Amino acid sequence: MSKFKFNKKYKAIVIGGSAGSFQGIVKILSNLPEHFPIPIIMCLHRLKHVRNGFVEALSIKSIAEVTEPHDKESIKKGKVYLAPANYHLSIELGHYFSLSTEEMINNSRPAIDITLGTSAYVYRDKLIGILLSGANRDGGLGMKWIKDRGGLTIVQEPSECMIDTMPKAAMGYTNIDHVLKIDQIVQFLKELDKQYIK
Amino acid sequence: MKDIDIADLRRITELIKTKHSYDFTNYAMSSFKRRIVRILELYNLTVDSLIVKLSQPKFLEEFLNEITVNVTEMFRDPSFWRVLRDDIIPAILLNHQKIRIWHAGCSSGEEVFSMAILLKEMDILHNVQVIATDLDTNILERAKSGAYNLKNMDLNEKNYIRFQGTGSLKDYYQEVNGKAVMDKSLVMDVSFRKHDLVKGGIFNKFDLVLCRNVMIYFNQALQNEVLKKFHESLFKYGYLAIGSKESLIWCDIANKFIVVNNEEKIYKKIKD
Repeated sequence: MSKFKFNKKYKAIVIGGSAGSFQGIVKILSNLPEHFPIPIIMCLHRLKHVRNGFVEALSIKSIAEVTEPHDKESIKKGKVYLAPANYHLSIELGHYFSLSTEEMINNSRPAIDITLGTSAYVYRDKLIGILLSGANRDGGLGMKWIKDRGGLTIVQEPSECMIDTMPKAAMGYTNIDHVLKIDQIVQFLKELDKQYIK
Repeated sequence: MKDIDIADLRRITELIKTKHSYDFTNYAMSSFKRRIVRILELYNLTVDSLIVKLSQPKFLEEFLNEITVNVTEMFRDPSFWRVLRDDIIPAILLNHQKIRIWHAGCSSGEEVFSMAILLKEMDILHNVQVIATDLDTNILERAKSGAYNLKNMDLNEKNYIRFQGTGSLKDYYQEVNGKAVMDKSLVMDVSFRKHDLVKGGIFNKFDLVLCRNVMIYFNQALQNEVLKKFHESLFKYGYLAIGSKESLIWCDIANKFIVVNNEEKIYKKIKD
């Protein structure tokens, strides 16, 4: 029996993470079902001035291709996207990305709140937000906006996080739907995958 | 954070369009919305009171200053500047003794100074005519003054080291009253002008146009229009440089350019 209930078709998953999230992300991406039916958009804090290397490091073990989107690139299912270094990543109503170099938020660019907030605006209740380990509060408000618009919210179990400030911030802002360990998030995505006829 | 809906954004852009000669209709929605929300919070306004205030020409100047994103760095993407110095500029010099460069959307001038330093280190500063434009007159004044916050110079210095310049960035500025004031002789020959990429026309022909991380604030239709203007503003075999995560592939004039460096997003015009 599944412990998760899926009562609607989701259109996108957005994942935020910072310090201590890399191993978790790799585990999620390496256990992703093949031809995953919806896009995964990741905003992870990263070194601002190192443009190359991160997407390659994630791609090594990922089942799906990981790419850094160009400005105005369309969002496609089956793809995993990573916010590029030193840009904020927004989602637009026409289901495409846009980039910006606006001021840092929570000392971060890319800022997770921007990616989560714009995703929530576009996908409303058809969005799943996942927030992992991290050392600042970025993403906390973004998770509230997802919840407020009817989306599903998941945070990494704080006890499993290397640094639990980020998931705890989200839990402070809103009533998170699922608090899960990485293995359970992997399981969640597998069960979600089964909801879609391919 | 406040939230405003699309109808409010439309009211704002419509008013600006009718009362003033600016058109923000085709700005990318999410960043434009964040800029508007930022202004509402900064001035403690509602959408209605903003609309009233926007009728005043004096406030419009402040509005333009806040609506445009003026976050930039010297030598952003150092590898880009290395390619300019090692490949692109030498290639232009093969055919032209005098080079003409346009910084479109120059903001507070960091890239203008980066270019001037690059050219000075190549010992060709005075063979190059540089025109730097922006729609915001306040920011043009700031660019001309070349005075930057000292705290930004750390990052600029790091970029310069990665660019592998011949000296130190400190050679080009002095600390005055807590500011880093750039050596004015670098931009002595630079012409700073007000120009709006949306409404402005073609005003000259160039060997190199730099417009990096400016068109990301436009939607695709507007990007398309602006890219046509860049195409027209370039000599045949002139170069266009855009931001590292921007692309020409979706636009009408894509087949009139070839990719010279895909990593750094440098294109060459091959057809009129």
